[in-house]
Amino acid sequence: MGSELLNRIGIPRLIISLFLAFLVAAAFSFGLPMGQIFSAMLTRFGMNALLVLAMIPTIQAGAGPNFGLPFGIICGLIGATLAIELDFSGFPAFFFAVGVSIPLGAAAGWLYGLLLNRVKGQEMTVGTYMGFSIVSVMCIFWLMAPYTSPEMIWPYGGEGLRVTVVLDGRMEQLLDRFLSFNLLGANIPTGLLLVTAFSCVLLWLFMRTRAGLAMSMVGSNPRFAEASGLSVNKYRLLASVISCAMGAAGIIVYSQSYGFIQLYQAPLYMALYSVSAILIGGASLQRATIAQALIGAFLFNGLLVIALPVANVAMDSDISEIMRVIISNGIILYALTRKEAGGDAR
Amino acid sequence: MSVKNRLEMKNVSKEYYGNRVLKNVSFSLGEGQVLSLVGENGAGKSTLMNILFGMPVIHATGGFEGELFLDGEKVNIKSPEEAMKLGIGMVHQEFMLLPGFSITENIKLNREVTKDSLLSRVFGKPLKWLDMPEMRNDARASLDAIGLGIDEMLPVRGLPVGHMQFVEIARELDKKNIRLLVLDEPTAVLTESDAEKLLESMKILVDKGISVLFISHRLDEVMAVSDKIVILRDGEHVAETSPRETTIDKIAELMVGRKIESGAMQGRPPSALRDEYIIEIRDLSVDMPGEAVKGVTLDVKRGEILGLGGLAGQGKIGIANGIMGLFPSAGEVKMNGEPVRLNSPRASLGNGMAFVSEDRRGTGLLLDDSIEFNIAATAIQTSGKFMKPGIVTILNSREMGDHAREMIEKLDIRCTGPAQLTRRLSGGNQQKVCIARAITLEPSVLFVSEPTRGIDIGAKKLILDHLVQLNRETGLTIIMTSSELAELRSVCDRIAIVYQGRLEGILLPTDSDRDFGLMMAGEYSKFHGKEAV
Repeated sequence: MGSELLNRIGIPRLIISLFLAFLVAAAFSFGLPMGQIFSAMLTRFGMNALLVLAMIPTIQAGAGPNFGLPFGIICGLIGATLAIELDFSGFPAFFFAVGVSIPLGAAAGWLYGLLLNRVKGQEMTVGTYMGFSIVSVMCIFWLMAPYTSPEMIWPYGGEGLRVTVVLDGRMEQLLDRFLSFNLLGANIPTGLLLVTAFSCVLLWLFMRTRAGLAMSMVGSNPRFAEASGLSVNKYRLLASVISCAMGAAGIIVYSQSYGFIQLYQAPLYMALYSVSAILIGGASLQRATIAQALIGAFLFNGLLVIALPVANVAMDSDISEIMRVIISNGIILYALTRKEAGGDAR
Repeated sequence: MSVKNRLEMKNVSKEYYGNRVLKNVSFSLGEGQVLSLVGENGAGKSTLMNILFGMPVIHATGGFEGELFLDGEKVNIKSPEEAMKLGIGMVHQEFMLLPGFSITENIKLNREVTKDSLLSRVFGKPLKWLDMPEMRNDARASLDAIGLGIDEMLPVRGLPVGHMQFVEIARELDKKNIRLLVLDEPTAVLTESDAEKLLESMKILVDKGISVLFISHRLDEVMAVSDKIVILRDGEHVAETSPRETTIDKIAELMVGRKIESGAMQGRPPSALRDEYIIEIRDLSVDMPGEAVKGVTLDVKRGEILGLGGLAGQGKIGIANGIMGLFPSAGEVKMNGEPVRLNSPRASLGNGMAFVSEDRRGTGLLLDDSIEFNIAATAIQTSGKFMKPGIVTILNSREMGDHAREMIEKLDIRCTGPAQLTRRLSGGNQQKVCIARAITLEPSVLFVSEPTRGIDIGAKKLILDHLVQLNRETGLTIIMTSSELAELRSVCDRIAIVYQGRLEGILLPTDSDRDFGLMMAGEYSKFHGKEAV
């Protein structure tokens, strides 16, 4: 009985949860401002949730977690910078950015999907390097693109965008502040959580449509899907399109909350953090649910948020970035080496 | 003839998990003689060879009973390496060659001729140089011995299959201590002329005093080369004879044997079925690896249960897979007089055909999804069943669950509920889920391949009875492919036998064992003139 429960929760999830609980207890005993910490946890969760949810379509379609997410993220960055270039601010800026980046992300996802269909079985490696390459190619774009907004180009003039573009007065924390309220000293980022919930509902609905079900059949057993008259490649392509479009919208949600648009090398490791978050949530490389994505996003980001102040007090140093790398790479390594529970002995 | 016994097997029995696959088999093979083992699939030939070769699978499942003697000496072979040391060689059905290596390297693999090098003097044997000229000489000698005149330095990759088979034999021949050579269906992949050459080379081996254990489904070959023929059926040694004392049709009859009582046959006489065809197949060929179909023409009567039988690898499995669009196929298939587009599973499903695959776990199931979704999945995609219309049309879970519960009850699927993953079910219950999925499509023709493979006896009967019941109650036409002839004869109205990718003939379940045996061995037409379609 006990081991069955453990199996259901999963050892990594259990360890991370216990560690998180331990950190929360430590923070409390150090007398840290818990309200601030909790609202930071909620905010980081909301910032990342959409990017983590973006992993679901490709996992369900059998293409593994979308390591090529930077491809979609970059489309989101283009949308966000365009919104500033055209001098939008507030909700118009946000909606313009999202409206531009979703079709761009979908197009990128389509191209990326064509690639994935040619490298079946190696999606993860190919996706990672695809993401790395596209980030580098886009570095050139950021330098060359004819943006003119003084908020974004280098302060000493000339061509090219800055490494970080400040969103102050544009859409900084637009969603976070929307309908936000105070609960026991914690600031609840209502708008952000609403967007997350809305995305979940949309994804949930889609996964239960015929196309969504077909996608999951293709991922579960391609031979079965073919025998049911489905085109495996078509649904893998669709998954990649949706995933990259979600990544594009996700980075805008992320940026507005963060308050900066990070260009150049910033999207490089974004995919890895999302991949490890969903895996911590209990997803496997073949199956993932919305609940797993949400739990994973919360555990992974919650840990990072709370580790910083606790570590600061405990050892006078900032280890949160180091922890982020250790946890995300460690979890990916664990997931890659794990034999599927109850998997075929063949 | 007083020939010394090379191999003697005494009272060999073997059980796999309580299932007796060999029962007191005894035979002997003389020095420089050829003994042929014949029998249907599952008669116990492979198990016997596994025992002789000391395959791990035998010892992992509790060993075997009985005794083996090699040149009069009792041997206890525990591993293939030991078997090789004792001078037993084997040429497998599938090639065991390294494609990137040359013929010489393949022949001398792990028995290379080496000479000293500077490094080997210091570091020992593993760093010795290969003596290539010497190896070439050895390889040449073996190749010449069996009359294969090709360059011994050619890479194996790209050789015609026939030549690969000869390279395998040459390799065995090169082993100096070889006393007994097992040839497991060596001619199965060969053309007729290559097969003849191979039989020639067998004679060369025999002249050298090597004994040959020959396994083949081609009875004419067996008659041509054997000194002795041993017939196995259901793990029992049913007869031992020689080509001089018997005929092909006698062997065929002994191979099949009467395994079922006539009372168990549920097939209906031809008069009970109307001569109205629901499916007409013309010159169908299917490119399915290992089960190629090469021009089958067959008519299926409306409302019948048609059996597709034949030995493994002859193409019976390919027919259903081809018609359902799972493997590339060509030819013409008509359903209700209308042509069906080939190579499109969707078209086949749309025409009211459903398929229960022989590859249950590979093609038939979503192992990590629930029973209810498995049952509904195909119907959702082909006909939009179980969907709830609205602004977005989404899955109607309740309807899907209700349907699954109904099927679970109807087919008696043993499970914890509709939400259980199919991976956790036993083989028989998984098969029932597959059948439930097919029925959910409300087909007018159901293809069922190997419905009872890997299923225990109790569940077997249940599944077959369900199929018959379905056919009788709803008039569903069923085309059942099976390797088990007894199973086909117990439920089918007619049985079509496939041999070498073609239809050999159609028999009634009541026809004689001899006819079934002859057809499966492809000898029927020789005895009865033209095909009796």
